[in-house]
Amino acid sequence: MADTLERVKKIIVERLDVDEAEVTLEASIKEDLGADSLDVVDLIMELEDEFELEIGDDEAAKISTVGDIVEYINKHN
Amino acid sequence: MNKRVVITGLGIISPLGNDVNTFWNHLIAGKSGVGNITHFDTTDYAVKIAAEVKDFDPLNYIDKKEVRRMDRFVQFAVAAAKEALKHAELDMDKVDANRVGVYVGSGIGGLSTLENQHRVLMERGPRRVSPFFVPMMIANMSSGMVSIHTGAKGPNSAAISACATGTHCIGDSFKMLQRGDADVMLAGGTEATILPMAIAGFSAMGALSSRNDDPQKASRPFDRDRDGFVMGEGATVLVLETLEHAQKRGANIIAEVVGYGMTADAYHITSPDPHGDGAKRSMEMALSDAGLKPEDIDYINAHGTSTDINDKFETMAIKAAFGEHAHKLAISSTKSMMGHLLGAAGAIEAAVLALTLKEQIIPPTINLENPDPECDLDYVPNEARKARVRAAISNSLGFGGHNATICIKEFAEA
Repeated sequence: MADTLERVKKIIVERLDVDEAEVTLEASIKEDLGADSLDVVDLIMELEDEFELEIGDDEAAKISTVGDIVEYINKHN
Repeated sequence: MNKRVVITGLGIISPLGNDVNTFWNHLIAGKSGVGNITHFDTTDYAVKIAAEVKDFDPLNYIDKKEVRRMDRFVQFAVAAAKEALKHAELDMDKVDANRVGVYVGSGIGGLSTLENQHRVLMERGPRRVSPFFVPMMIANMSSGMVSIHTGAKGPNSAAISACATGTHCIGDSFKMLQRGDADVMLAGGTEATILPMAIAGFSAMGALSSRNDDPQKASRPFDRDRDGFVMGEGATVLVLETLEHAQKRGANIIAEVVGYGMTADAYHITSPDPHGDGAKRSMEMALSDAGLKPEDIDYINAHGTSTDINDKFETMAIKAAFGEHAHKLAISSTKSMMGHLLGAAGAIEAAVLALTLKEQIIPPTINLENPDPECDLDYVPNEARKARVRAAISNSLGFGGHNATICIKEFAEA
């Protein structure tokens, strides 16, 4: 869990140019971290690469917070 | 009655420097910005030289997240637009943003994005193509991003006409201001194609100089030994403003835009009309639009690409348009120093006209060592010249047979 969060954090900080402290489990990717719909697709692709998994469009649509991402990855990895 | 249109600011990102003063000082010193290509490995390429923009850090102008979603040609455009606003001392918060427009085109657009994402498509499949691929690649995004990053909400579009792009963008903006569509236009061009596909493609056409062993001598317009153009890159944005608006805010006026001409050769995709007819009519149209006679023009910034046919046919066109006066006026090709900025060429060369009129110094055509007998006009060889310059024109001639000419004059109150 901790390791997943760290790796997700690193990607989000790099992609969205936000402070690491802002990337909490509760943070909403769009509302709190300022991502637009293109950023979200980009982020999902990056996560798929990093964790070597595939996130289907329906699954991706359900992701809204950093916690959702971490949970999804831990469940499927 | 048409409104008068003046130039109040310049923003330049170029192979000769990324600010107006450095650019101008290098230009009148006859310095070449050409060197070996560093953007990619040129081992297998016949052409290994170009005029690259040096020391450009987009983070000086744009924040990191935004930089990542911009192709280099858009980064150049946004940087040049911000520099131009600063140069014009124009604070967007103090003007009506709905009356400030943007018209910054590119000849080719986001080729680097296209190359990268095509590689992703081929190697990793369609699901890996970036959602930013399309918005980063499309050639109008320079105007889109300049508006987003300056807040300019007026008329917004982009001409895409190969090497005539910059001149069309400035000319069209001039007309929009004349007829009152806006108070201010950020007008210009941008290009960033020192890339494998572009070097290979232009090289296949035989358009590029392959003087790889002596890069600074490669761009030699009107010289007998010229063997093609040298690709440049960069962007230039001009702040064009109605005289009324400029005076009301106490702006420093650099020069006045007075005429615009554009024509087509209707002849061939890449070769100019062998009689220079399209270019001739473009120059005539600009003069007529300006209400000037050939004798009123003291300087022509030529398209002057350093290809065999351009320089020959453009010389013929100048003679046809100017008659006897063609032998009296001064002509130079600043592409001899900065290479050919393609879609940005007309914009940076309009900036050269503005600076020439302001400083009363004509930048030279460097590397003009053995004049081509068919190019027998005064091209201001090798050294800048102090001269009285009252009015000047710049030509841009693009693949597709587009010809465009802008006429700029010293500013005088009445």
